[in-house]
Amino acid sequence: MRLSFSASDPGLRRQIIGLALLAALLLVALPLGLDAFRLNLFGKYLCFAFVAIGLVLCWGMGGILSLGQGVFFGLGGYAMAMYLKLEASTPEATKIQSTPGIPDFMDWNQLKALPLWWEPFHSLPFTLIAIIALPVAFAFIIGTAMFRRRVGGVYFAIITQAIAAIATILIIGQQGYTGGVNGITDLRTLHGWDIRPDSARVTLYFVCAGLLLLAAVLALFVQRSKLGRILIAMRDQEDRVRFSGYDVAAFKTFVFCLGAVFASVGGAMFTLQVGFMSPTIVGIVPSIEMVIFCAVGGRLSVIGAVYGALLVNLARTSFSESFPELWLFGLGALFIAVVMAFPSGLAGVWVERIEPLLARLLRRKTTTPADPNAPEAPEPAPLTRDAAGRRPGAATLNALSTNPLPATPMTDAAARAAL
Amino acid sequence: MFEEPSHFILTVEGLTVSFDGFKAVDGLNLYIAPNECRVIIGPNGAGKTTVLDLICGRTKATGGSVRFRDMELLKMREDQIVHAGVGRKFQTPSVYEDLTVFENLEISYPKGHGVFGALAFRRDAAVRDRIRDIAEQIFLDDSLEKKAGLLSHGQKQWLEIGMLLIQDPQLLMLDEPVAGMSVAERRKTAELLNRIIQDRSVIVIEHDMSFVEDIATRVTVLHQGKLLSEGSLAHVKADPRVAEVYLGH
Ligand SMILES: Nc1ncnc2c1ncn2[C@@H]1O[C@H](COP(=O)(O)OP(=O)(O)OP(=O)(O)O)[C@@H](O)[C@H]1O
Ligand SMILES: [Mg+2]
Repeated sequence: MRLSFSASDPGLRRQIIGLALLAALLLVALPLGLDAFRLNLFGKYLCFAFVAIGLVLCWGMGGILSLGQGVFFGLGGYAMAMYLKLEASTPEATKIQSTPGIPDFMDWNQLKALPLWWEPFHSLPFTLIAIIALPVAFAFIIGTAMFRRRVGGVYFAIITQAIAAIATILIIGQQGYTGGVNGITDLRTLHGWDIRPDSARVTLYFVCAGLLLLAAVLALFVQRSKLGRILIAMRDQEDRVRFSGYDVAAFKTFVFCLGAVFASVGGAMFTLQVGFMSPTIVGIVPSIEMVIFCAVGGRLSVIGAVYGALLVNLARTSFSESFPELWLFGLGALFIAVVMAFPSGLAGVWVERIEPLLARLLRRKTTTPADPNAPEAPEPAPLTRDAAGRRPGAATLNALSTNPLPATPMTDAAARAAL
Repeated sequence: MFEEPSHFILTVEGLTVSFDGFKAVDGLNLYIAPNECRVIIGPNGAGKTTVLDLICGRTKATGGSVRFRDMELLKMREDQIVHAGVGRKFQTPSVYEDLTVFENLEISYPKGHGVFGALAFRRDAAVRDRIRDIAEQIFLDDSLEKKAGLLSHGQKQWLEIGMLLIQDPQLLMLDEPVAGMSVAERRKTAELLNRIIQDRSVIVIEHDMSFVEDIATRVTVLHQGKLLSEGSLAHVKADPRVAEVYLGH
């Protein structure tokens, strides 16, 4: 893209500024302002931002609401966990087991040898390729099967939700192969490098933040390409796109695969930073939460989705520490509030309210044209303050939760929003 | 019709579709010559829209054949039919309301139609010139940066016609292109259509008789999914069966 183009394109300018601010927040402000423990927590939140970015492309732009992104998150997470688990299960480390050299949970489940399909995960290159290729293959199969048959809208949402349910049941049921409900735990090293000390966690945070920024750039590229406009066109007038000579199913499948890869990479980074992977992050509830991150951030905004994931997760941590049983109600209320009051989420609030305000203030204060560094990001400041323990997010959520709502409307509203 | 079938650009024979036993189109034969402008008329529910749906692959036929040049369209996917050179305008204007007029036309520009082609698509000078040229033809050259949702009903109809023109199809099918237009808009549209039908074949569905008179080479009258009458406008107007169907309606 030529630079001369950027001057004449306010959308591109806004996106570049947004990216730069996000990079400054993730790579400078947060690492400077947080201790290793809190930074690791933010690293975990960022993993969900990968999923939210994918959902912006699939759902916000393409109108494909997947309530099963947790499955792809799990694919990446489990692939990484399998590799780490095998590395942690050397014959020496497991010599007290009745079958040394296999993961501990297999031994507890009376397995005598490593299942064949676990073998390739001894190899790091294979694992890294699998983290990309598995979700692509799986999303391709689902996408082709559904989109060629013209399954869309609510039906697609329900089917993906069913897939998430099946995935959880399978993982829990096949304890000997998957670690069951406890998941795969006690992970130690990545290719000999210990992932548990604070220093490693800081490094992993930077890797995660870097990959996330890369994903955001990629998503912005897709959004700005003709493919992005075709997605919007498809969402609004699918037949017109089809009869303009496009193979609509191929486009839907592509964007669904892309969203799946983003989710999978997020899952792999999650395993690395948290040190375990479990079916609780694969199922229906986390999958719906991922959609909420995206909705809160603004389902048409790649950058907004990242803030959405950060803020909702931050609120969850603060809130569920004090009132764990109310969290789901709070989240449901938040979702309904966002859908009704701010359909384009945080990004919409930023573009419609804050940007004009800043522009007015700037014009009043200075006579020189807007300096790109001048508009101060509102997000970085509250975030760092939150992390210091003041939790302003919890206060808002407290207010919301005084009016408890049944948890089910959440799914309902999510499905309706897809229409 | 006793001419050689190969002489025609579109040969429809025995075309039938049945929806749960109800035959919306029943054994229809239709022959369209190169550069012909055929108007299909008929009372509401006669099956006119369904015929176009069958030709462009939107509805799957129960029987019969649709040959376009030397291709059997009934066996092809919708996007392949478009690439073969068949363009279709819908009865209700279908434009992308969230995109600008420019972007609407750009999506129909016949390049970058694969997934990766669309990713790599560049808005070069050739694209921009072609879009500007088409926009002029459809009276929208002042509205290129406007969101299509903000256009008037008539302008949306023109935009959709423009989206077809940019594909340069050999067979253009228009479903009620002047429905809901003001008298002035109708006149402009007739002028537009007369210009664009010059070097291609066109099938138009229309109710407005003065408009039909303006553009038709031949007229086909459909009734209950079957061909009722065919010929010049004067010929079908004089056909007592046609009068009966329209009066009875
Ligand atoms: N997908 C479908 N399933 C069932 N019936 C259908 C379907 N499509 C069309 N029909 C029926 O076929 C008949 C012909 O419909 P069609 O839309 O082709 O009529 P038309 O001649 O275009 O009418 P109009 O002038 O009102 O546009 C109607 O009775 C309609 O109800
Ligand atoms: Mg019709």
